[in-house]
Formats: sequence, C-alpha cells, structure tokens
Amino acid sequence: MSAISVAGLTKRYGELIAVNGATFEVPLGTICGFVGPNGSGKTTTIRMLLSLIEPTSGSGQILDESISHPERYLSKVGAMIEGPAFYPALSGAENLKVLATLGGYSHDRVPELIDLVGLSGRGGDKYKTYSLGMKQRLGIAAALLPNPKLLILDEPTNGLDPAGIQEIRDLLSKLAKDGVTVFVSSHLLSEIEMISEYLVMLRKGEVIFFGKTIDLLHRSRPIIVARPESTSDLVKLKNLVDSVGHPAVIDGDLLRVDAGEDWSAELNKLAFENNILLRQLTPVRPNLEETFFEMTEER
Amino acid sequence: MRIFLSEWRKLRRPTLFLGSMGAVIAVTALIVSLLFLLIDSDTGNAERGMRITREILALSSGITIGFSNSSGLLGLVALCVFAAQTAQEYSYGTLRNLLVREPRRLRLLIGKYLSMSIFALISVIISAITSVALAFALSGTAKVETAAWRTADARVELLETFINVLISTIGYGTIGMILGLILRSPISSISIGVGWLLVVESIVSIAWSPSADWMPGSLLGVVAAGGSPLGVSESLSYTEALIRVSALLLVAAVASGLTFRRRDVAS
Repeated sequence: MSAISVAGLTKRYGELIAVNGATFEVPLGTICGFVGPNGSGKTTTIRMLLSLIEPTSGSGQILDESISHPERYLSKVGAMIEGPAFYPALSGAENLKVLATLGGYSHDRVPELIDLVGLSGRGGDKYKTYSLGMKQRLGIAAALLPNPKLLILDEPTNGLDPAGIQEIRDLLSKLAKDGVTVFVSSHLLSEIEMISEYLVMLRKGEVIFFGKTIDLLHRSRPIIVARPESTSDLVKLKNLVDSVGHPAVIDGDLLRVDAGEDWSAELNKLAFENNILLRQLTPVRPNLEETFFEMTEER
Repeated sequence: MRIFLSEWRKLRRPTLFLGSMGAVIAVTALIVSLLFLLIDSDTGNAERGMRITREILALSSGITIGFSNSSGLLGLVALCVFAAQTAQEYSYGTLRNLLVREPRRLRLLIGKYLSMSIFALISVIISAITSVALAFALSGTAKVETAAWRTADARVELLETFINVLISTIGYGTIGMILGLILRSPISSISIGVGWLLVVESIVSIAWSPSADWMPGSLLGVVAAGGSPLGVSESLSYTEALIRVSALLLVAAVASGLTFRRRDVAS
C-alpha cells in the first residue's frame, strides 16, 4: 500500500494546464520531497490531494482511499499548505482548539504539541503577535493534531532560522521513524536531500522524476574539478582536456571536466606531462540542487 | 455538533462577543430612550418621524414597540457578524484548514450557520431584556401607564414580537452570510450589505413604491413588526412577507451554498 498514489492527475484552468497528467507514488513510512520551480504545480497538486480543488481529470488514492472521498482519509492526514493561516485575534492554543474541536481530537494534545514545536510559554499569546517562524511552528502543530499517518507540508521551514530548520528536520525524521509518511515540498533542496528518501520532481506541471533520491543523484554524470597552481594554465588545460574528448568549462579558477571519477588519474598524468601543476583534483557527484537545475533548466 | 462548537469558540471571543452585545444594548437603549423621551416631540419619536402616542404605548403591545423598532439595527449587527465570520475564512486563509478537517462543505456551512444563529438568538434576548427594562424605567418620566404591560396579553405580545424579531435578525444574518460566501471579503460584504439595506432599497422604493414589497430589507421589516410598517404596501400581510423573504433567502442560500460546495479553494 502506498501513502499517496496518483495517476494522470490533471488540473486545467481554461487554457492553462497547472498540473498535467501527474503520476507518482509515495511509499508508506518514508519522507518524500516534493520539488519543482515556482509555478511548476506543487501547490496545485497538494490542493488536489487535500480536496481543496477538484482535478480536471485523473485519479488518486491517499491511504488506500480515493481522493474523491476526502472524508474517508482526511481524518488521518495532517497538512499545512501555503503557509500557516490562523485567526489573528485568538491565541495559538485557542486556534489549535478550534481545529481540534472541528476534527474531534482531544484538547489534551494542544499543550503537548505546542511544546513539541517549540512554542512553550507562547501558546497563550495572540497569533497576531507571533513572528513568521512562530506562525510556521504553529502551522506544523496544527498539522500534527490528528496524530496523522500522512503529513503533507508545503514549505514548512519558511521563515525559520537555521536552528529552527534543524529542529523541524529532526522532528520530521522522528515522525518518519514512528511510521508517519511525510510528503514535504520545499525550496531548500539541501534540506530535502538530507531528509528525503524519496523524491517527486515537477517541471511545468509534469512529473519529471519520482523514485528514490539516491537513484536520481546516481543518474547524474559525475564531474572532475581541477585547479591548476597557476590560473594562467587554465585555458591550456581546458584545450588539452577538450582534445581528448572530455568537454570542460572554466568556472573561476577551476576547470570542470565532464568525466567520471576513474578518469582522474588520466587527467593528473595529462597535466603533469604538459608541465601543469595541479593544486586540486576532485571527483564530484552533483548534489540535488545541481541535479534539480540541470533537470529543470531553471538556473 | 463539532462544527457548531468549533465556530462557537471563535464567536465567543471577548472582543467579538462583548463588542457585539454592547452594540446591541446601545442600539436598543437608544431607540427605546428616543421612543419614551421624545413622546411629546413634534418631530416624532420613532422611525421616519412617526409619532407613537402615550395611549398606544400604554396598550399591552406598548411594551414591545421599542424592541420591535430596534429590529432593523439588530439585523444590521447580525449581518455584519455573519458576513465577517464567513468572509474572513477566505481573507485569513483559514478556510483551507477547516476544509481539511471537515471536507463535507455543506455540513461545515450549516454548522457555522447554526452557531451564528445562536449568537443572533443571544443578541435578540439581550435586546428584549434591555428594551423591556428600559421601557419600565422610562415609563414614569414619559408618563405612560404600564398596567397593561403586566397582563397575560402583554406576555403573548412580547413572545410574538421576540419570535418575529429573531426571524428578522437571522434573516439579516443570512443575507450577510450569503454576501460573505459570494464576495469573500469582510469589508465588501458588510459595505455592500449595509449599503443595499440602508440606501439602495430606500432609493428604489421611493422611485418605484411596489418594489418595497419584494425587497429583502423591507420584507424583514414587515416580519419584525408583525405586519406592514411605514413605507410598505399595507396590503402586504405578515404571512406574505414571511413567505416572500423566506423564498428569496432560500434561493440565494441554496445558490451560494452550491457554489461554495463546488468552488476551488485556491488561496
């Protein structure tokens, strides 16, 4: 059973196709990153999963229930979409109680969740007095109210400082260990790379990758980064490398060579034979951010 | 019940609850005070310069006149509360939280409506208590006989007026909620609602008098008064007015409810 499974999910607004035949699966108990450039359809997809908007076509299942019957699965889903949204005149705790009452959840969870997200001592303060980071934390607390089996978070680390980001990262990892499936969209690709075992990547409304994050990273060609002792040797080295069939580009005082790790020794030898002394020679596998830019052409 | 209680948590917050009830008390006190203190004024002591004499006030129905006259302003308070509570779910973006917790949209809407109707009921009770207490308090100053106010007939009149004012107040609230659903902005909903009821209806009625028999504000005025008040055709009975306004509001409520059920929540 998958936590999320969609097939051919499409949302059209007149001529504009916001999501075009999205098909992907998110296995149970994993953290799955949901990435794509702005306007690629991430939020629209999440809205369809949460039944906030109706798909133009396609189908989907959440926790084995069809997305056309949200009342059957939403009680097991926690969500924060498009940032936190609460009543400014109510306190953080009172806002959570409004949602707990609506969902039929125990109010005992409210102080517990306020502590969990690091809002201890501020739960009684009005929401309008909260900083962006505190609002974000309250949004995550609200998403956790139903003790969810699936947590859907849209940009949960927006507005958080580095310590806050790390806390949320740790919280999501802990939830996943406890069996909660986390589907998280974020622009912080380094964060996604660190915590996500699975990945769904969108571009212009279409899914261009879904699967294990490591499979995506291994799919990208590694490169070799070389730094000559003297920058005046950069062009000479580039011409040498190009001449043996490995395209290279100069990037500052570095040369980026399109070749696998196994060619490092050859490159070292080639440089030495031509009286070029190398100060650095590093095989590099592109990280998620570089892979993302390569795949989405959004640099 | 969950939806009702959840909405009630928002309605009972002190600034909204005490502020609204304070406005209800102030409006009722103003109208009842003018009724009794301007009893000898040549410019009248009621709506649109109408004169309510000592003899009329001394009848068993006299105890209800101030309360009944407050219904229009009570209705406007209800319209503002219903409209703001509905439209702010869009402007704050909280509607998406509510729909994730309760995806059955019509059920959510009905729960909110019932909760706000209880709020309206409390405001009408407070208005009734204020008007009756003030009527007794000012009767001496205005030299109005109160013997008939203590009879069983007066109690029946008071109960009937209470029901009529309650229907009228919830009717105004329903208009506010419909506007809130359609316009999705508290300021637009309230300004258009109040502007229509206070200004547009009056202008249209003056320009073409039969239109008053079909205007929701005028019809709710007839219902609150238990019959035709000033400016509305005397041929229009209470029952006709109630049927007409119920039909108008039902059609508008069903249309806006179905729109709400189908509409994408995209922001």
